[in-house]
Amino acid sequence: MQFSEKWLRSFVDPAIDTAALSHLLTMAGLEVEELDPAAVAFTGVVVAEVLSVAPHPDADRLRVCQVNAGGEPLQIVCGAPNVAAGMKVPCATVGAKLPGIDIKRAKLRGVESSGMLCSARELGISEEASGLLALPADAPVGTDIREYLDLDDNVFVIKLTPNRADCFGMTGIAREVAALTGAPLCLPAVAAAPVSLSEVLLVKVEHKDLCGRFSGRVIRGVNAAAATPDWMKRRLERAGMRSISILVDISNYVMLEMNRPNHVFDLDRVQGSLHVRWAKAGEQLVLLNDQTITLTTDCGVIADDAGVESFAGIMGGASTACSLETRNVYVEAAFWLPDAIQGRARRYAFSSEAAHRFERGVDFADTVAGVERVTQLILELCGGQAGPVDDQITALPSRDPVRLRPARAARVLGLSFTDDEIAGHLSRMGLGFTRDGADFVVQPPTWRFDLRIEEDLIEELARLHGYDNIPTHPPVGRLAMSELPEARRSAFSLRHLLADRDYQEVINFAFVERRWEQDFAGNEAPVVLANPIASQMSVMRSTLIGGLVDNVATNRRRQAERVRVFEIGRCFARDAAASPVPGFAQTLRIAGLAWGGLQGEQWGAAARAADFFDVKADVETLMLPLQATFAVARHPALHPGRSASVSLDGRLLGVIGELHPELVQRYDLGSAPVLFELDLDPLLAVSMPAYRTLSKQPSVRRDIALLVPRSTAAASVLEGLRGAAPAIVTEIALFDLYQGKGIADAEKSFAFRIVMQDTERTLADAEVDAAVHGLVMYAQREFGAKLRA
Amino acid sequence: MLLEQAKARFLGKSGSLTELLKGLGKLDPDARKEAGAAINVAKQRVEAALESRRDALRRAALEDRLAEEALDVTLPGRGLGRGGLHPVTRTLERIETLFRGIGFDVADGPEIETDFHNFTALNTPENHPARSMHDTFYLEGASDVMLRTHTSPIQVRYMQAHVARHAAAQTMPEIRIIAPGRVYRVDSDATHSPMFHQVEGLWVGESVSFADLKGVVSDFLHRFFETDQLDVRFRPSFFPFTEPSAEIDVAFASGPLAGRWLEIAGCGMVHPNVLGHCGIDAERHTGFAFGFGPDRLTMLRYGINDLRLFYDGDVRFLSQFR
Repeated sequence: MQFSEKWLRSFVDPAIDTAALSHLLTMAGLEVEELDPAAVAFTGVVVAEVLSVAPHPDADRLRVCQVNAGGEPLQIVCGAPNVAAGMKVPCATVGAKLPGIDIKRAKLRGVESSGMLCSARELGISEEASGLLALPADAPVGTDIREYLDLDDNVFVIKLTPNRADCFGMTGIAREVAALTGAPLCLPAVAAAPVSLSEVLLVKVEHKDLCGRFSGRVIRGVNAAAATPDWMKRRLERAGMRSISILVDISNYVMLEMNRPNHVFDLDRVQGSLHVRWAKAGEQLVLLNDQTITLTTDCGVIADDAGVESFAGIMGGASTACSLETRNVYVEAAFWLPDAIQGRARRYAFSSEAAHRFERGVDFADTVAGVERVTQLILELCGGQAGPVDDQITALPSRDPVRLRPARAARVLGLSFTDDEIAGHLSRMGLGFTRDGADFVVQPPTWRFDLRIEEDLIEELARLHGYDNIPTHPPVGRLAMSELPEARRSAFSLRHLLADRDYQEVINFAFVERRWEQDFAGNEAPVVLANPIASQMSVMRSTLIGGLVDNVATNRRRQAERVRVFEIGRCFARDAAASPVPGFAQTLRIAGLAWGGLQGEQWGAAARAADFFDVKADVETLMLPLQATFAVARHPALHPGRSASVSLDGRLLGVIGELHPELVQRYDLGSAPVLFELDLDPLLAVSMPAYRTLSKQPSVRRDIALLVPRSTAAASVLEGLRGAAPAIVTEIALFDLYQGKGIADAEKSFAFRIVMQDTERTLADAEVDAAVHGLVMYAQREFGAKLRA
Repeated sequence: MLLEQAKARFLGKSGSLTELLKGLGKLDPDARKEAGAAINVAKQRVEAALESRRDALRRAALEDRLAEEALDVTLPGRGLGRGGLHPVTRTLERIETLFRGIGFDVADGPEIETDFHNFTALNTPENHPARSMHDTFYLEGASDVMLRTHTSPIQVRYMQAHVARHAAAQTMPEIRIIAPGRVYRVDSDATHSPMFHQVEGLWVGESVSFADLKGVVSDFLHRFFETDQLDVRFRPSFFPFTEPSAEIDVAFASGPLAGRWLEIAGCGMVHPNVLGHCGIDAERHTGFAFGFGPDRLTMLRYGINDLRLFYDGDVRFLSQFR
């Protein structure tokens, strides 16, 4: 909502300056977003009449003018193409200060010039610079142009919240200012127009769930070509509206002034009578904005005998629109039920001033006043003769009284009011009330749609009292320590752990390119956005990998040589059984990626790219004390020979691996990153540490090297050995892998450390030997292993 | 070597002191005793001299070796560096810590949310004009779900679960939670990102007032920015799910934004309809809720001027927050 300060002050004029007024509105909930002067600062410009125009002796484009600016005639050299004898123009006299220019006596190409005739742009009023700003013939010569054009004004732009639709008009804002300041409110008096016609246009309101009240009248003999007066133009322009034609301007002016949307039909183009009804399916309407829409049965219309004329409460139709030739009109002001308007304009992808107001609620008591105000202005500015007002009331909203309990207000706000304070606040807001014991029973006014329950009134009390004046309490509550389960860690601890291992956290968008889902998840049926912001953000990710790979590509373009990133975020997939939102699995995942050198390039350490096992160590550390199982697995984004699934207690958590070489090339990464992605939740539930008695007996270590076929997985041998080991074996670990010279091509050698210990006694050699022998035999049986000499 | 020769000269098999000792037997007992003592003194002297010399040589050798082994200690250390948290996560962690300090729990909820939880339960029925305050991302082929436009639906889920959990109890314990998370709106420019963060806060109890809301929020802002030189103001506003409602503005006393009011959060007393939707008796319980934008808080805290940097993954930017 945008408006002229002077217009507001013509209704209520509190003794506070512009800045204070702005602060007052903001702190009352009518947030002032912008506040600008109507025109830039300048001085010394007056209304002048061009007396004569003569050619400049030495310049084709310049003219030498004699000008009456209220004193002795002035000679002024002017270059504007539209300068003509007899015209009234703004004249900057000697000594005037304009934006960027001080006017002095000067010679232009040898001719004396005492001032400057001005364009609208030179005065900072508009961008119009094609010629002098032509003033009306009756503009009084010598008058200060700021006064004449009413330029000492400010334009307020306020951001209205949906509950305060009553402030979409000057009367509403004025009411608010009066309530907040106590300054008297003087709204324009609208007397009923003299009725000199008996004609009534037949209007049938067919659906009362659409239209609660319909008021209108015929006016004949209007001059639709009359000029819009400057004061009206100015107020419209400062409210952000263009002046179009007198009838449209009057209609808009009354809407802005009273927050009373209305419509003026060209009566001669209305066929028969008007019908206010729901649309029939498939009915078409060409709107005033030339958009053609096909209506559905939940859209309200005003139709005549020939067809739909207007999208009720939203926008008029082209076929009955007024033109400059219009002679006879029908003025309408209605109350459309908010439910009948809400969402309709948005559905057709447009908005209108009327729809914006009606869907939030417009005063239903002032339709007749609105018609009268439009009539008053039409008769005054366009002439004509008015018929009687036809006012049909079908169903008005109830305004149920709302009970306000002072004790409840005190409890909600943390502040007690006296009864007198409450009564004062209510009265200033124009809220009538009666008393019922301690309670106030408040009657909400017809223009307020947001006062339905006690809390709404409590907010009004708080607003009038001033939110600033509500105390700021340190809160009081029962003290209880938070739960702190030791076997649960937070996602933050994982973040810190990865950060400590030189990974940088990133946050990537949850919507990604469709292609990423195919490439990085093999997902051909992703969750698709109906209204994406861009095609590369059109589907919801089911994996974090795409984002991390993209981080590498982006940083590589910015000359990074090494990128290590991680993210914790939700991944989305279709899943009919999902909870809590059926149809969509929404799993938090943690993913990391290392690309480039294991360590940053540094002295004394051979450069080497981070490989699978470096990242695997990061994953193992991340999971500790949990022990994951890694198994050969294929994944669409990963190198088939260098990828593994990660499981915990038989439950699949995710994957780890090197990016597939084709993707390395497709995403222009230069070399392959190694990455992992795991479900987050299972990582957060850790075990409590469990204590075991330390043995006082010495331990015995034996190393064995086993030759196994090359395809044998280390983990399977390790697990097998651990399973087969007798109780005295406390540890079996792989400490060396060898393949190459000295052993067969099809074989490789695993070296295991076997540690044995008993808690009670020193182990005998024979026992130790038997245990090792047993393990070798086991490996031979299960894996075809040979003891390496 | 020379030292060993010197030792041999006095103490060797035919060393002079050894020879003297061998000759002791020829002396009479008194003289033998006297001479023996003298020889022993001499022997000890020789040994002490030898030992001291040996020691000096050892020390010299060690000095040489230590000098040899000296490093250029000014060379940089080797190994992995350290990464860091995203600046917004850093903010979220601080917010959690501050609120946990006054007994708030942390709650979470889905990002694809039902129409009921995102709007209807929050007193924003279909076609309500407040819905146009949120430009909502919808999903293809699913009319009743959307990307959540705010973290407020977590309130609803938490309250419903809380009520169910304490259904049998005489009195419902207080609810004190914050709910951080990612939210989505169809909007993108230097100050709007289609995905951003919010932290929802909720305190419901039998005597929770707007004055308490002001107290908690002001305290939080002063602690978060670690300054008392910060003005906080509450300005009437509108949210369908709170009544009365307020926007929270802050103004710094110094710095590049000094003196300007900056919109930083929305808040209010939980609307009775919302409590009702969640099964809480609004006559008995009152509560406040607030929603902060951690992205904005982070920008203000570190002086970051472009929101888009948060979601661009530029390690040159992100690594500044180690």
